[in-house]
Amino acid sequence: MSSIDYNERIPNNVNLSGDRALKRALEQWQPNYLEWWRDMGPEESQDFDVYLRTAVSVDQEGWAQFGFVKMPDYRWGIFLNPGNPERKIHFGDHKGEDAWQSVPGEYRANLRRIIVTQGDTEPASVEQQRHLGLTAPSMYDLRNLFQVNVEEGRHLWAMVYLLHKYFGRDGREEGEALLERRSGEEDNPRILQAFNEKTPDWLAFFMFTYFTDRDGKYQLHALSESSFDPLARTTRFMLTEEAHHMFVGETGVARIIERTCDVMNELKTDDPASLRAAGVIDLPTIQRYLNFHFSVTVDLFGADESSNAATFYSTGLKGRYTESTRKDDHVLKNDSYPVLHVRDGKLVEKQVPMLNALNEVLRDDYIREAASGVKRWNRVIEKAGLPFQLTVPHKAFHRKIGALAGSHISPEGEVLTAEQWQQNASRWLPTGSDREYVASLMGRVVEPGKFANWIAPPAIGIHRQPVDFEYIRFN
Amino acid sequence: MTELVDYQTDPTRYKHWRLQFDGPVATLAADFDEDAGLRPGYKLKLNSYDLGVDIELNDAINRIRFEHPEVRVVVITSLKDKVFCSGANIFMLGVSSHAWKVNFCKFTNETRNGLEDSSRHSGLKFIAAVNGACAGGGYELALACDEIVLIDDRSSAVSLPEVPLLGVLPGTGGLTRITDKRHVRHDLADVFCTTTEGVRGQRAKDWRLVDAIAKPAVFEQTIEARAQVLAAGSDRPADGAGVRLSALNRSIEDNALRYDQVTVEMDRAARTATFIVKAPGGEQPADIAAIEVAGIDWYPLQLARELDDAILSMRTNELDLGTWLIKTTGDADAVLAMDATLLAHQNHWLVRETIGHLRRAFSRLDLSSRSLFALIEAGSCFAGSLLELALACDRSYHLALPDEPQSAPRITVGDVNFGLYPMITGESRMERRFYHEQPALDAVRAKAQQPLDADAAFELGLITSNPDDLDWEDEVRIAIEERVAMSPDALTGMEANLRFNGQENMLTRIFGRLTAWQNWIFQRPNAVGETGALKVYGSGEKSRFDWNRV
Repeated sequence: MSSIDYNERIPNNVNLSGDRALKRALEQWQPNYLEWWRDMGPEESQDFDVYLRTAVSVDQEGWAQFGFVKMPDYRWGIFLNPGNPERKIHFGDHKGEDAWQSVPGEYRANLRRIIVTQGDTEPASVEQQRHLGLTAPSMYDLRNLFQVNVEEGRHLWAMVYLLHKYFGRDGREEGEALLERRSGEEDNPRILQAFNEKTPDWLAFFMFTYFTDRDGKYQLHALSESSFDPLARTTRFMLTEEAHHMFVGETGVARIIERTCDVMNELKTDDPASLRAAGVIDLPTIQRYLNFHFSVTVDLFGADESSNAATFYSTGLKGRYTESTRKDDHVLKNDSYPVLHVRDGKLVEKQVPMLNALNEVLRDDYIREAASGVKRWNRVIEKAGLPFQLTVPHKAFHRKIGALAGSHISPEGEVLTAEQWQQNASRWLPTGSDREYVASLMGRVVEPGKFANWIAPPAIGIHRQPVDFEYIRFN
Repeated sequence: MTELVDYQTDPTRYKHWRLQFDGPVATLAADFDEDAGLRPGYKLKLNSYDLGVDIELNDAINRIRFEHPEVRVVVITSLKDKVFCSGANIFMLGVSSHAWKVNFCKFTNETRNGLEDSSRHSGLKFIAAVNGACAGGGYELALACDEIVLIDDRSSAVSLPEVPLLGVLPGTGGLTRITDKRHVRHDLADVFCTTTEGVRGQRAKDWRLVDAIAKPAVFEQTIEARAQVLAAGSDRPADGAGVRLSALNRSIEDNALRYDQVTVEMDRAARTATFIVKAPGGEQPADIAAIEVAGIDWYPLQLARELDDAILSMRTNELDLGTWLIKTTGDADAVLAMDATLLAHQNHWLVRETIGHLRRAFSRLDLSSRSLFALIEAGSCFAGSLLELALACDRSYHLALPDEPQSAPRITVGDVNFGLYPMITGESRMERRFYHEQPALDAVRAKAQQPLDADAAFELGLITSNPDDLDWEDEVRIAIEERVAMSPDALTGMEANLRFNGQENMLTRIFGRLTAWQNWIFQRPNAVGETGALKVYGSGEKSRFDWNRV
């Protein structure tokens, strides 16, 4: 039944052609994957020749090969960072033992859950973004969207590889289920709620790739410390690609800000209505989008006190961000960490056992990095000489998960009554009319070198190509 | 490390029982040597017993079954003055670990069930000739007999004093048999079970605690007469050629037990034990004459004895090997041929006893507090009687070889799987598996005698999982590793609940309800705390209870 030349069709460094079990699994899964891509991948894009980066090996030259390809023919590969056969477990109760080269039966269920949860976000974001191609602000941006999409697809392959290779029949069933769930489908949703939300417009897309893909980065970092060596090596390689997604987000938002600032200076106004009349996105609206995406993403790190987090760490399944370079005992049994909760109408810190607070630790690491990008956005505004600053909301703002769920907290961190929240929510979160307005801007601009009115062109093109390069041939 | 417990013995080594034969009647007399406890720290006074005593009892019953086919009735009595049997030794219970107590109770329960099993299936009847005080486990032994005759000497009583005296239960079936078997009214049973001195004479008979009473002068005569009546109803042959139960060919190694047909290999790091059962090899007897010639070396008898000993040994001596992997090896046709012989001659006393021994050995598997996984691999012979091993397991993994159908392992359902080896529930493991649902049983029946590969077996619901050769290694490894990592207590409880999933009967109530309550009480401070009843018994101290009802 197999007529696929595996090494050609599926670039890999996992000896795919010599692995009967894996081949068999992929033979069944791959057609279903392609069908999923046709059904749920970027809309009306199947015949386009797109200038895409493809990983064909893990070395310097191989991980980023550029060329024109039709997306259904994209060579989704399977790559693990090179391994160290001597690797030891460096945290948790198994510290000092050999890293696991196969799944320990004792941790099968938790490992599977971690991999499936991570894997589920990859096709979910493709689904969330599938309509965006119809409203791209430029050919350059459309190409970036497709690049993000195919790489999310590859990340799905990476997780499915682990399921197929290490979890037997059970893993194959989970691999199928990853193709069967659908973002936002009521009866068949993706696992994490943030991945069931719509990505309705390009501002949301850029915010998503900046904030939410960065959550992915931190999760991948934590998994790249895993005692389960194949998971560690797989996620480490995925991180090289994830960087581009966040680049798309950061520069996308920066270019929108740049364009808005230009028009503000041109018209000498900061009045949102005037700016909207001029067809750009006013900064307060950008702030509200930022607030929304930041808070939704911060929730993705999970409850601030979590027994799962403690278990995952102590059993060696999931480490901390940059676990290996941290200077502590890497067991954490005697440490504590502050988490927030509301007491007597105020946000207060309380110390909880470090192991239970590891979601919070990762969240705080994430927030530091996310905030630094916002500073760079502010430099764009500063450079334009305008007296406005975007701010990162308080981490307790608009939370739906953990001890803060159900509280009403302003972006400045004040505890509010439900009434106060109601009165002000429209100042802090995108309103229906904000979204309608942004949606009204979304037209399709795809001539090479042309950009929609509400976004500035990028400084340079992709892979040293000019900005007006024909990144996509529509055929 | 403590010395291994050995379940093998023979009458020349008995310290506690005297066995006498008189035509159809055998007398098994208790004369426990108080200085010959299996472990130090207690004396077996007043015919009180420990595991060593019960190992001899089990051996004696087996010898009567096989070496003395002419015996139809066994009279169990005592050689001690005024004492029949005072039950399990309390000081032994006081110094034993929880695990030891539980294993001891399980084995004594199985031995007592064995009396009823032989009465039901083989026409071997039992009379308790209670010629003195009969307390606790002593009375529970009597309860397992077909008849209880109590000497009416104005002092000897039957009693279950565990609750008032020791703060525990009559846990070797006592509570259950007085109700389920003897139908003692529950309020009278309440009085009986809370009265340390017990009940004697006419009242014992009126309350159905005994079948008959007899004055000392006529006691022996009464027993004899009743034995003759019982013997008349049995078809055990007067002229059968008994088979001497010679010592097992067994070698005990640090990490293995090896017999002729059964091997147990222990992996202490993985905390698993692998039982490997061989199929019959070479020419096998097909008629009674040949079976009698083979005698003790007849494969099914050998298998039953070896499997029985291996299970008992592993249960008692290897507590932390919590997962048993069951494999078979050899020619399935040879197993099926053996089954045909067993079925053709099942009414012959020796074949009947052999089937009985197998039935009880399989039953011990059901009752073992170990996870049981059958691994059906190439070269295996899970057919008929040996398929029963896989059916007894909590899970079975059957290797599929889609690319090499000629070497794919197959299982074969035989007629024997539909009732020759009932569980203690009285149903076959096949009926248990399918909840007696006729369509499923019919579908299996339609495929009887046909070798079934993994997919066919899976389709019929006969196995748990049918991984192919690509999946096999990881799937089985992960399943086992996952299993051994779970709480042994929770697994024991779960497995027992799932294995005995149908209707309750007296035996499931003994092994389930009674045992579970007893094991709970055995852990409680009111029994085993510093001032618990079991701890202070005999010390002159009064037990001090936590009065809260839980």
